[in-house]
Amino acid sequence: MTPENGLLPAIVLSSLLPGLVIFFLPEARVAVRTTLNLVGAVLKLLLVGVLMQEVLAGRVFENRWPLLPGIDLVLHADALSVLFVTLSAVLWLVTTVYAIGYLEGSPGRSRFFGFFSLCVTATVGIALAGNLLTFLLFYEVLTLATYPLIVHRGTEQARRAGRVYLFYTLGGGALLLLGTVGLYRLTGTLEFMPEGFVGQHAEAGKGVLSAVFVLLVTGLGVKAALVPLHGWLPQAMVAPAPVSALLHAVAVVKAGAFGIVRVVHDVFGVAFSLSLGVTGPLALLAAVTIVYGSLRALYQDDLKRRLAFSTVSQVAYITLGVALAGPVATVGGLVHLVHQGVMKITLFFCAGNLAETLGIHRVSEMHGVGRRMPWTMAAFTVAALGMIGAAPLAGFVSKWHLGLGGLETGQAWVLWVLSASSLLNMLYFLPILYVAWFRPPPPVWPQERRFGRRETALALLFPPLFTALLTLLFGLLAGAPFSPLNWARLIAEREYVP
Amino acid sequence: MVSWSLPWEAVPVLLPLTGAVLTFLWPRQAAAVGLAVAAGIGISLAALVPEMTVGEGWRHPVGGWTAPLGIELHLDALALIMLIMTALVGLGVSLHARVWFHGRQAARFWPLWLSLWAALDALFLAADLFNLYVTMELIGLSAVAMVALAGGRGALEGALRYLLVSLAGSLFYLLGVALLFHGFGTLDLALLAQRADFTPPVMIALGVMAGGLLLKTALFPLHFWLPDAHASAPAPVSAVLSALVVKASFYVLLRLWLALVPAGVAPGPGLLLGGLGVAAVFWGGFQALRQSRLKPMVAYSTVAQVGYLFLAFPIATAAGWRAAILLLLAHALAKAAMFLAAGNLLRHAGHDRIAGLDRIPQRLPLTITAFALAGVSLMGLPPSGGFVGKWMLMEAAMAAGQWWWALVPLLGGLLTAAYVFRVIGHAFTPAPPGPVARSIDSRLEWAALSLAVLAVLSGMLAFWPLGWLEGWP
Repeated sequence: MTPENGLLPAIVLSSLLPGLVIFFLPEARVAVRTTLNLVGAVLKLLLVGVLMQEVLAGRVFENRWPLLPGIDLVLHADALSVLFVTLSAVLWLVTTVYAIGYLEGSPGRSRFFGFFSLCVTATVGIALAGNLLTFLLFYEVLTLATYPLIVHRGTEQARRAGRVYLFYTLGGGALLLLGTVGLYRLTGTLEFMPEGFVGQHAEAGKGVLSAVFVLLVTGLGVKAALVPLHGWLPQAMVAPAPVSALLHAVAVVKAGAFGIVRVVHDVFGVAFSLSLGVTGPLALLAAVTIVYGSLRALYQDDLKRRLAFSTVSQVAYITLGVALAGPVATVGGLVHLVHQGVMKITLFFCAGNLAETLGIHRVSEMHGVGRRMPWTMAAFTVAALGMIGAAPLAGFVSKWHLGLGGLETGQAWVLWVLSASSLLNMLYFLPILYVAWFRPPPPVWPQERRFGRRETALALLFPPLFTALLTLLFGLLAGAPFSPLNWARLIAEREYVP
Repeated sequence: MVSWSLPWEAVPVLLPLTGAVLTFLWPRQAAAVGLAVAAGIGISLAALVPEMTVGEGWRHPVGGWTAPLGIELHLDALALIMLIMTALVGLGVSLHARVWFHGRQAARFWPLWLSLWAALDALFLAADLFNLYVTMELIGLSAVAMVALAGGRGALEGALRYLLVSLAGSLFYLLGVALLFHGFGTLDLALLAQRADFTPPVMIALGVMAGGLLLKTALFPLHFWLPDAHASAPAPVSAVLSALVVKASFYVLLRLWLALVPAGVAPGPGLLLGGLGVAAVFWGGFQALRQSRLKPMVAYSTVAQVGYLFLAFPIATAAGWRAAILLLLAHALAKAAMFLAAGNLLRHAGHDRIAGLDRIPQRLPLTITAFALAGVSLMGLPPSGGFVGKWMLMEAAMAAGQWWWALVPLLGGLLTAAYVFRVIGHAFTPAPPGPVARSIDSRLEWAALSLAVLAVLSGMLAFWPLGWLEGWP
């Protein structure tokens, strides 16, 4: 039997309770709100640290609450949960600091931070979900908690983006629900387990099970922004920068990608998925998404839109790694879950800094911006090079494992996809770096704010520098204990070498 | 088999009945009496819950006379759940109405509302067809009078139309009762279930009764009267009508069906009801989407939500009935919250045109939160009661090998999301709130919000009623 204790609920509540209190705080109580936010975020990080130690030592955590006849609400921590929950906890703290600086003096902050906390709560719940129903529950809560953040500015454009977002994600949620109910009928259980549980019920018929797989992955693919279900993501970039950062790096797209990992590993099981023949098409879809997203990114002048299409492409790496169905490729995909997070959040922080400080929204306005904001652009450069896959940055580690994994499973075409993607990454990132560093700045910036001798507010500057540093360290120290790479290896070992 | 001294199950009927008399005699203390009644019912139900055992439930012969001579009260898991639902909604509505109504309106509201409450509880406890008829008439008459509360020509017309529909429905029902009594010499449901086979005369009697009940339940296409009646009434009354009154006639239909229609004998009527339910879900949802005013939108949403309940008839398994009961419970809580919230918005803004709501929700954050949370339950998103009901309905449909019914709540949920978010979108507009039109008492907001929170949390507590329903019917 597994011991029950309060650790997992505490991890969930450490953002839920501050969030609920924040909703009721008057707008002017900045100090209380900031304290609540930071205390919650730091507390969560500490708790996650404890959890990490314990899970590494092989302890299992589980909490249950009856929800439906035969199905419980289950919080459960395995190695994969810890990978995602750690990513969320770290990046939440960073983004909270950034958001406090970014939204200083703007209206509706209590509402914003309330939903911000709910959003992270849902993400953590997704990470800790022990069965598909619990996953679905937090997945839908995430949809609802994110909507107010996307429409936060309240402009007509923001509200349209919100509608598009709901249209896609609620539709995806409905498919996921249908697939989940169907799966429960066929198998009588929804509990995640190593090597999946569907394989023991193969008598249900390959056709039906493949259909369920397609329903689940389509429902998840909406949030993971797999082509052609990605339409909401570029629109959602109208949200405030910290929201975009969180959306693209941790919360929404990652929830989708994480869900795909769960479905392939712990619901269907890699071996059974292979025998169903569903991984091949999924890998192909991921490959198409990778190339298509990069191609579209090439033509965007709006910086955040370019980054959004880049996300479409980069998140599909995770799906690709899982769908290649080999241990090394899986390591590549899983480690990219973390690596893409730190890199993309850096890029969005930097884009936010440019917009807040200089009023720059377009790539064509970025001439010489490296001289005006050297630290911001240094962080941007590290993250962009990481995205391209330059050694020894984080992105290189991901691509290396994905490529090796492709070769290992005899799917050499993956190398072509990776090369094409890297080439396209260069084509849309290097021109930005070039104009930012080597072209002369314009006489006046579109809308400049002064922050004394500093290039921008400190709360806006530290977060991207910190995540850029992580990008560097995750690449340089990939072999160190507790590095994302080693966690990904641990997960892959537990999945592939039982 | 009476195994205790105090007949707790009679309290939910007698207490509001006494309250109705008291509030009529002393209108100044009406609100206090109303809340005391709500609290007393809560206590009596709390005393009943531990007694609740799985299965048949128990019967209480009133005055010691058993059926077929005397009147019996029948309390089983379903009746208990309906009593609790009525008590929860009733408490929320009472808290709201206490602030909403003033002066003469309050003096008229409380006796009517408490007699309606007594009649509802009596209906849920009734064990024979004639008691069901009497309580249904009492419900109908109190409800009609409450619709007329607002005063004025419009409300009076609405009330009159409602009266005609209600009477017509009851008459059809009564005709069927007469036929059955003529055939079998008893009105007791349990005795009828033993005596009556599913023969053509019984089918005709049931068909006539069902027609009347469907009219009262406002199942598509017999819903024509509902949007006007529910939208024109004052907010607490709308809440009661949509949350509780339409459920009463559905409850009667469900009891009749379970007692007299043997499982698996006739797929035709079940299919017909299920088909009408599907049409209701889509027609009601579509009409809700088209409304330019808030209260008619919420009323059409009731038309759609009632449709879900009828999907249980073609499925006709224990799991299907349980799903319908959970959906009914979830809808009662959510719709009461939503009507109260809509009433708050209306009172604050002075109108309820959806397009003109911009910036008003910003002044009433609690109310718009209540509206949104109620919407979450109506859409069937987790962790709300609506989600649990939807899941169970989908599962029951698949288990019965009729997976196509599972698509209805799925698509209906998306349709619901479309009209709910049309309203919620107005909470997010850039301009700062303008000058206050008129402010409303925050207790009105809290009443709506507490019901809405309950609607969402009811999903997390669903194992409770589901436990009682284990092995039922």
